[in-house]
Amino acid sequence: MADTVTSASAPAGAGANGRTALAFDEIGMVFPDGTEALRDISFQVDRGEFVTIVGPSGCGKSTLLKIASGLLTNTAGTVQVDRERIGYVFQDATLLPWRNVQANVELFAELHKIGKAERRKLADEAIELVGLKGFENHYPKSLSGGMKMRASLARTLTLRPPVFLFDEPFGAVDEITREHLNDETQQLFQREGFAGLFITHSISEAVFMSTRVLVMSARPGQIVAEYEVPFDYPRVPDLRFDPEFANLAGEVSHALRGGHS
Amino acid sequence: MTTELTDTVGVDGAAGPGGDQTPTFDAAPPEPYRTKSRARQTAETVLPPLVLGAAIIGLWYVVTYVFLDPGKRFLLRPPHEVWQVGFADWENFSEILGGLWSSTRVAMIGLAIAIAIGFFLAIIMSQAKVIERGIFPFMVVLQAIPILAIVPLISFWFGTGQTARILVCVIISLFPIIVNTLFGLQSAERGTHDLFTLHNASRLTRLRKLMLPAAMPAIFAGLRISAGLSVIGAIVGDFFFGRGDVGIGQLLQRYANQLDGEQLLAAVFMSSALGVAVFLIFGWIQNLAISRWHESGSGGI
Repeated sequence: MADTVTSASAPAGAGANGRTALAFDEIGMVFPDGTEALRDISFQVDRGEFVTIVGPSGCGKSTLLKIASGLLTNTAGTVQVDRERIGYVFQDATLLPWRNVQANVELFAELHKIGKAERRKLADEAIELVGLKGFENHYPKSLSGGMKMRASLARTLTLRPPVFLFDEPFGAVDEITREHLNDETQQLFQREGFAGLFITHSISEAVFMSTRVLVMSARPGQIVAEYEVPFDYPRVPDLRFDPEFANLAGEVSHALRGGHS
Repeated sequence: MTTELTDTVGVDGAAGPGGDQTPTFDAAPPEPYRTKSRARQTAETVLPPLVLGAAIIGLWYVVTYVFLDPGKRFLLRPPHEVWQVGFADWENFSEILGGLWSSTRVAMIGLAIAIAIGFFLAIIMSQAKVIERGIFPFMVVLQAIPILAIVPLISFWFGTGQTARILVCVIISLFPIIVNTLFGLQSAERGTHDLFTLHNASRLTRLRKLMLPAAMPAIFAGLRISAGLSVIGAIVGDFFFGRGDVGIGQLLQRYANQLDGEQLLAAVFMSSALGVAVFLIFGWIQNLAISRWHESGSGGI
């Protein structure tokens, strides 16, 4: 709680409804070498909202998450978020190779100085939730890409983060595994009700999981379009073949290619 | 800016085999398909060195009995005489073993001190680039001094006792430990560092739970190199100082002076055996410590 980041003047509207978990206000980012990565980004993510940003590679999507988490400091604008228990899943699983699945999943709780018994319980639950039961004693070198990603998800879940950042976590796994993981992530979201911010360049992934899709332009990244996704949760895999789904995906794709409508 | 999370930290290749921190994308490399029987596989592994070994012994006999005329045969005694005089004669062999033991002790004490100093320096160097930049050039200079140039200096300052010998071992084995440990400490992936940053880990926690475990493979690679060097340092020091507790270096010198060809060769073989033993022991410890999670496995023989 103490770590809520604000600047002198709180951005108007942020936290207005009391459910806003993450608010960007006129965020700009210029790197020391002069590269302008982000320009004038403003949006909010409420609890119980799953927002996805799609954009071409190199448009600064990841930079935005780094700013939200505090790994990078923005050069303009303000971020409001509670960083105490922020969940952040990277593009790579970033498991520690010398720890088995159990110990890897317990890492964050360990860093937050949670006691051994409690840590174990949290990890057991998270491992169960991502379907890695039975693999607790495996080392990362013997896991497939999808399983590593599951372990990475479980590790983040142990903290029950109210804000969950995903940086293209399923980019490196095969299509079938990706759809499974999309399905599971969507169920986790439904169960945990966190505020989710998901980065991807897969339109189908974006539409399938989100309540809202934002389209980002090429560098400097700006939000150029926004779509509400009307489908109810839980979403079934066959939703991907629904005409309405295809329509929406088509619109997002169109916006991504440069048209604004 | 997208960070390449899979990148291993690149340091110059000076560390030698310490750098094999591969990103773990896939499971273990595929085993070759088994189409041969186990017995045949064993034979194919064991036979080549046996055959070559036999050929070398054969060549040795040829040199002794064919090329050397009888008056010069003391230069290379035939294998069976080396065995009888150097190994089978307990009095002679126990003298070699005694020298070997003395040198091993010196080498291991020196190695232990080098490990302590090396770890300490590598850890503080890993904590701040400024310190690394300050210390590193001196380490390179120290490493560049030929051991034969420093031994007279050491005896000049510290005499020829145990201290001087141990010091030779420390100096000769310090550099690989520092370089490999430092390289290892810097080898943890950027993404894993980000995790520790996100969760406000202290410097000590980061060191204990991230940098040190990540450094283990490189540390062991350095240890194996340094252990071998330390043995060489002990022998060279003893050989040069030529006084005090009799080590294998003094024995080598004495056998050579007395033209004891059999014992000289036996002592050379045993020195080599010591080096191999040290290498294997450290490989075995490495295996125990990291083979569960690290790809490289044991490496070496």
